[in-house]
Amino acid sequence: MKIPYYPGCSLKTTAQNFEISALAVAKTLGIELIELPRWNCCGTVSSLTSDDLMHHLAPIRNLVRAEEMSENLGGDEYKLVTLCSMCFNVLKRSNLRVKENPDELKKINDFMYLEKDYSGRVEVVHFLELLREIGFQKVKEKVKNPLSGLKVAPYYGCLLLRPKEIGIDDPEDPTVQVEILAALGAEIVNNPFKTRCCGSYQTVQDKYAVAELAYDILSRAQKEGAEFVTTCCPLCMFNLADRQKEVVEKYPEFRSIPVLYITQLMAVAFDLDEKYYGFDLNYVDPRPILKEKGVIR
Amino acid sequence: MIKKLVISSKNVDFLNKINELSGETITLCDQCGTCSGSCPMVSEMDITPSQMMRMVQLGQMEVMDTKAMWICASCFACTVRCPRGLDLAKVAEALRQVKLREAIDHIDIKKIPEDEVRRLPQIALVSSFRKFTG
Amino acid sequence: MAEKKISVMDKIREAGKSITSGVAEEDIKYWVTIHIMGKAYRVPADLTIMQAIEYAGYRLIRSCGCRAGFCGACSTVFRRKGEYKLQTAMACQTRVEDGMFLVQIPFSPAEKPLYDVKNEELESSVILKYFPEVARCVSCNTCTKACPQDLEVMDYVQAALRGDFKAIADGSFECIQCGLCAIRCPAEIVQYHMAQFARRMYGIYGTPREKNVEKRVEEIKSGKFDKEFQRVMSLSLAELKRIYTEQQNTREVY
Repeated sequence: MKIPYYPGCSLKTTAQNFEISALAVAKTLGIELIELPRWNCCGTVSSLTSDDLMHHLAPIRNLVRAEEMSENLGGDEYKLVTLCSMCFNVLKRSNLRVKENPDELKKINDFMYLEKDYSGRVEVVHFLELLREIGFQKVKEKVKNPLSGLKVAPYYGCLLLRPKEIGIDDPEDPTVQVEILAALGAEIVNNPFKTRCCGSYQTVQDKYAVAELAYDILSRAQKEGAEFVTTCCPLCMFNLADRQKEVVEKYPEFRSIPVLYITQLMAVAFDLDEKYYGFDLNYVDPRPILKEKGVIR
Repeated sequence: MIKKLVISSKNVDFLNKINELSGETITLCDQCGTCSGSCPMVSEMDITPSQMMRMVQLGQMEVMDTKAMWICASCFACTVRCPRGLDLAKVAEALRQVKLREAIDHIDIKKIPEDEVRRLPQIALVSSFRKFTG
Repeated sequence: MAEKKISVMDKIREAGKSITSGVAEEDIKYWVTIHIMGKAYRVPADLTIMQAIEYAGYRLIRSCGCRAGFCGACSTVFRRKGEYKLQTAMACQTRVEDGMFLVQIPFSPAEKPLYDVKNEELESSVILKYFPEVARCVSCNTCTKACPQDLEVMDYVQAALRGDFKAIADGSFECIQCGLCAIRCPAEIVQYHMAQFARRMYGIYGTPREKNVEKRVEEIKSGKFDKEFQRVMSLSLAELKRIYTEQQNTREVY
């Protein structure tokens, strides 16, 4: 299966471990994620005013590329897969907006006259949805190194689930990560704060407010017995992992907890080569606990 | 203490402007407070999300001087829980845009400390500039 | 016919009419009407915009430079009659058209942030450190449309967000720093300054070192050529001339 894939800026820099683990995991499952040519930054957050079309240019331009690529790949499916939750949210929202407003789509197409017209055929899909489509049984079949004894608290954040028209799961009680982790053999820890916002872009100007949110989310997970937290958004990763530095400043008794991309755990469970784990980029190194639990050597 | 508010055409104009910019019918808000209870950033705010909605309903332009809309993290928790189906995130965005479209930025992009610029993922910078610059 | 007395000022004015000096007006067959800052002028059809402005009687002290399409000084913004689209061009490289409405942009307001390339590394966050406005790019492609060199400006700005210095260097290689992209950009990015920084960084940190140059610099520092220099410096002018002409005539100068 060959599917157009949109990485987003962070996956090429601070979140390279997300990409490297996800591409390897996808390959193992028989999916080849092919990067879009000449993609541009999606914008990270969706423009919410009723009159703004300019900020939808960037996502739609990417969808034009995706449509073109799907045509070249042949077949009748026009999908675009993303890993980053922010990119997913923006691309899917803009896609929905132009599908529901053909006059706005025409304006955008006219403005971007140097590009081919976007017809609205592409379906934006998050990697987790793709896994759900393939079936968690298939995921389980590829597990050679079950994550037995690992207590993992999945974290979803906001943009993957909200607003409802684009969310991939129930915004109050999502289960998609639970099902993947169960297939990997891990023990699921339910964190009531799993859908609470990490603070998102407030981390630039107000890092201590973000530290508060991170403390709430992480300490509750720890209280429920979690040893790991998983995420699929590079900004959530930064706010929950890298900002632990600020959490410790405010709460000196806070114990660090590794935060991983769920694809990293999948790579470990599939027993892929170590180079696909990408643990060097994780702020809190998960290797000590993983070794202790006998999951890696 | 009873405070008297006079609603003039100026206030109505402001309400209409925000209605249009956000695409939401703000008078539908029945002040139930669910949004304030769901908001993860509410403890940092000077007014709660429902107070913000109330001020806009009454066309009170003083709402433009409050900090709540700038502390919003656009997490849409309020949006999915509002029993009236209102999208508060859009209302907060409309309020921010009123200021930003006057070319008054809420962040000085040149003043971010160097060590932070080195640490932060680009998406943090891109999203905060999107929300806080015009 | 008696010779008309020509003053020095006339001669100077004539010299500015490059292509048309020495050509009688009645011999010019084709004329066009252009508008320079709103005022209409009738100019010969073959002229470049720059020549036409000078033909009309303006003396350019800014917004002109090499007159060869290389220095980026003569940025021009214009519209054609009846069209709403804004066009850009370099005045010295573009011929006038009937119904052009022109304005020159002698300067694009942009300061360059102070940086020291010796203290930085090849990382996207370094670009954002000096040019945080790059994160405001909305991918509208206005810069690409404005570029008179047909560069894919938006592409290299996007490459900056990904930390792809090579892509910026390759994409901006032929930039003449005319400033038209920066003037038009809604996100207020100064694309050419950012690209210059990236090219410098890539040149130092991303490309292989030229070993022969380094070797030669060491040789010079060690004094290997000092005697030769001293010998040449002590020669008389006549001797120098003799050696030079001899070399020109007898050897391949390489």
